[in-house]
Amino acid sequence: MNVFDIIGPVMIGPSSSHTAGAVRLGRVVNKIMDGKQPEKVTITLSGSFARTYKGHGTDRAILAGILGYHSWDAEIRDALEIARERKLNYEFVCRDIPNAHPNTAAIHFLLPDGTEGEVVGASVGGGNIRVDEVNGLRVDFNGDCSTILVMHLDRPGVIADVTQLMRAKYPDANIANFRLSRKERGGESIMTIEIDGVATEGMAADLREVDNVINALLIKRV
Amino acid sequence: MLTYRSIQELVDAADAAHCTIGELTLRQQAEEMGQDEIMLLRQMDKNFAVMEEAITFGQRREQTSMSGLTGGEGWKMLEYSRRGEGVSGTFMSRAMSRALAVAGCNASMGKIVAAPTAGSCGILPACLVSLLEDRGADRDAVVMSMFTAGAFGMVIAQRASIAGAQGGCQAECGSAAGMAAAAMVEIMGGTPQQCADACAIAIVNQMGLVCDPVAGLVEIPCIKRNVAGVMTAFSSADMALAGIRPYIPADECVEAMREVGDALPVALKETAIGGLAGTPTGKALREKVFGKEQN
Repeated sequence: MNVFDIIGPVMIGPSSSHTAGAVRLGRVVNKIMDGKQPEKVTITLSGSFARTYKGHGTDRAILAGILGYHSWDAEIRDALEIARERKLNYEFVCRDIPNAHPNTAAIHFLLPDGTEGEVVGASVGGGNIRVDEVNGLRVDFNGDCSTILVMHLDRPGVIADVTQLMRAKYPDANIANFRLSRKERGGESIMTIEIDGVATEGMAADLREVDNVINALLIKRV
Repeated sequence: MLTYRSIQELVDAADAAHCTIGELTLRQQAEEMGQDEIMLLRQMDKNFAVMEEAITFGQRREQTSMSGLTGGEGWKMLEYSRRGEGVSGTFMSRAMSRALAVAGCNASMGKIVAAPTAGSCGILPACLVSLLEDRGADRDAVVMSMFTAGAFGMVIAQRASIAGAQGGCQAECGSAAGMAAAAMVEIMGGTPQQCADACAIAIVNQMGLVCDPVAGLVEIPCIKRNVAGVMTAFSSADMALAGIRPYIPADECVEAMREVGDALPVALKETAIGGLAGTPTGKALREKVFGKEQN
């Protein structure tokens, strides 16, 4: 904790969990889409998000994040209008997600090239977030560090190939947290790799070249 | 090495270094964050500028919250202060207007500085801007005092809580009042011990305050409780500067606040169940905003 955690953060009100954290969840989606603007997003609000989003502007906050705005940008207030202007088709659905944190949102996106994806995450208080799921696979990261998501096929040696490449090409990159999750044996899997310090953009591109890796994305601090 | 686990530690370290708690904190934080003191001062000055903008935003006549439940309080109070002395004097009514304005800015999705939280974001700006604009305080001293406020806030956060869901409103508005009282004592030339005394008195006078937001929104009663926090901060700072002691040391007051917070029922800790949220009118307002299915 430092002094700016107490005299700060600078944020758009009214609530650190229902507004500022919601923006950050949207920003994770923005990063996963690689900054591209989707054609359509469907945002499922669960729990307290579903019940109080109007008064807290949670809908505007999530959309603003998807559009790439930060939790301190004044545009959050007008995010619905901005989305319409930019021809982003959005829909909010209120439905409780079983066993989810009270402030959970599931954000589904469709890109113009037909790519689809979904991110499920929670705003856990004080503007902090926890991302639980990407494209149906369990992940666990908070957006405070640089995070690399490696989507790959579950084959022997993939983790070793990935970490060896990181070791060889980026010797200063220290892995702070590593998590693996798969749908089924031999199926689609995802590595969540949180890195100390700043990860370079090239790392994700390099990891995409590893055998059996489908895609790799760098999510910088959101 | 400061741990920010004890207010006494802050007082002793500042006395030993013959400096203010603000200067001590700035020096230590610069070291810990690996940054220049100038950079930290610049960042804090930016935060202060956001506070000033929030006051202007919230003092507009047309300010309305997102829910539509509240609005225009900062403007009404400012107009009132222009009409005459009021009950507690123009200085205080202007300070009250600033607290209402910042809390209103927050409720209408304006930009604020959480200090320490969004719910209590009006207290520190109202106190500091009032000293700057209406008492001729030096801007640099005001910005420096925000490090003092931050230091007290860090201790409270570590030893008790600054979250309404954990400790009730005393943890949010009470902490903010304590932080603001300490900062104001420093601006007015008080000693580190007097800063600690002011913080202690403010915490004592806000102790037990529950968090019972109507409809779960940061509006009713939060906006007015920011004013209560400002009044407490001013009176506590004045008592400390007058040499009135809290009798119970600040650290023990913080501990007591934590105990009281733990003892509060969940219905009174930001769950929008008990207190004002549970009144017939509170429930009706909830229905007005969110519709009938929301009990």
